[in-house]
Amino acid sequence: MSALLEVDGLSKRFGGLRAVQALSFTVHEGAILGLIGPNGAGKSTVFNLINGVFAPDEGRVVFGGEDVTGKQPYFVARRGLARTHQIVQPLTNMTVLENCTVGACFGRENLALGRARETAREAAVLVGLEDRLDTMASQLTIAGKKRLELARALAARPRLLLLDEVLAGLNPTEVERMIGIIRAIRARGISILMIEHLMQAIMSLSDHIVVLNSGAKLAEGLPAEVANDPAVIEAYLGDPDLAAKLRAA
Amino acid sequence: MTILRRPFFWIIAAVIALFAVAPSVGNNVELRENLLLAAVYITLASNINMMLGYAGYVNFGSIVFFGLGGYFCVWLMSAHGWPLLAALLAGGCAVSALALLFGLGILRLRGVYFALATIGVNEGVMAFVANFGPWGGSSGIYLSPMLFQPLGGPARALWVIYYLLVGVMGLSLYLSYAVKRSKFGLGLRAIGQNEDAAAVLGVRTPRFKAAVYSLSAFLPAIAGGLYFFKSAFIQPPDAFDLQFSTETIVIAMLGGQGTVAGPALGAYLYEELRGWLLTSPTFSHFQLVIAGVLLLAIVLFAPGGLMGWLYRRWPRLRDYFE
Repeated sequence: MSALLEVDGLSKRFGGLRAVQALSFTVHEGAILGLIGPNGAGKSTVFNLINGVFAPDEGRVVFGGEDVTGKQPYFVARRGLARTHQIVQPLTNMTVLENCTVGACFGRENLALGRARETAREAAVLVGLEDRLDTMASQLTIAGKKRLELARALAARPRLLLLDEVLAGLNPTEVERMIGIIRAIRARGISILMIEHLMQAIMSLSDHIVVLNSGAKLAEGLPAEVANDPAVIEAYLGDPDLAAKLRAA
Repeated sequence: MTILRRPFFWIIAAVIALFAVAPSVGNNVELRENLLLAAVYITLASNINMMLGYAGYVNFGSIVFFGLGGYFCVWLMSAHGWPLLAALLAGGCAVSALALLFGLGILRLRGVYFALATIGVNEGVMAFVANFGPWGGSSGIYLSPMLFQPLGGPARALWVIYYLLVGVMGLSLYLSYAVKRSKFGLGLRAIGQNEDAAAVLGVRTPRFKAAVYSLSAFLPAIAGGLYFFKSAFIQPPDAFDLQFSTETIVIAMLGGQGTVAGPALGAYLYEELRGWLLTSPTFSHFQLVIAGVLLLAIVLFAPGGLMGWLYRRWPRLRDYFE
């Protein structure tokens, strides 16, 4: 397996807060890497540093062999890196199909409008929004908006997908369905880097886990190794339920 | 040409034909003057709509394009003896190029700050022109009546100017339509809805914004050239009149920002209303007050404007209009 995304010594400070400290990890072609950690550990900041929403203070981001450190989000997107947002960011007064078409038009393949609509429709079908194509994004339920985030990112035909808590706020049935969708995406050869708080889900989906605490890497390894790492369990202490779940997974 | 099969293409064509034919019947000069002003309003509102309605950027100073276009045209004709069409085109291109430069600077700003900066651009340009010798400084430029001769004398020249302005109006509507249906337009609308999300989806936001700012300057500049050629006189306060800018925004909002038909409908209605208010003994001094109240009412109660309201009531209208 070759490396698709290499994060090397990444650091970011916001004033006195060291949000991310000397973080390094690698996402391999075709793999799912899970990024976990307590609230405020800096996970979403890592995503923002990777796709160029923020420029890092130190370190490098190499995507597909190209240094994309500090490049604008649209530059990174066109190289084949798509993402979803933890707080959904729909294009509210546009339809589901139009939202996805934006992803397809300006994503990796830079498709013309007609082809982009086809791709957008396929992506919407994959996430189960096929009967909502002409609905305004603002009128979707929260689960619908989460699926729209995913469909829009998929329509870009990315090489790597960053998923920021796509399961949060969904009910158990919706979670099951979303897990199925993520497996289907992976089966298409798209690599995934995901942030998730639902431990069972991320432990079963990921090939490899990186644990973040206070912006620094606490542990890294196979899901089973990480779950039994005393340092990880300690980081989660104060929430004994979660620690127990980690052991059980 | 799939566009020829769209009903809206033919609706625009019908509007242009109506504008062209109506005053010609019986040489109706009064109607022509009315429609000329409507054509100017439609041109300005359609172009500002690409910024305001598609990309979501409020341009309060859009009149700077109109005024600069007027200056370039009048100056090239009077000082350099250029023919009208060449002066118009050169003016359009020059103003578009200038807009690109301004745009790259001020489009880093968002929301209110951008809106303020656009007023700054207009006021700055006005101050510059008022002190710019070759353009006559604060006394402006007068055109010699001789310049109407190549068009067949003053009376015929007014008709030629009118037809050219109707052409510019038609081009504005088609441009607005073509942009809305294009990939470029999709990117602009994404920016208008959520600029950060658009960038994450791969839309090159700085380039798109500068491009639409520059594009929306071209036809208003040509309209300005025609308008001030017709007056045979241009002076900074007339060329860079912020009131005109504000009215343009009211028009786009009234008709329905983001729709193609809205600004045209809004311009026509506003012009009728304005004409009625100006001639009414009770309201003649309150014309702008009414415009202000109208804008407030639209923003508060019908942010989608007339077309937005119509589309909500009869969604099938969307198949015929845009």
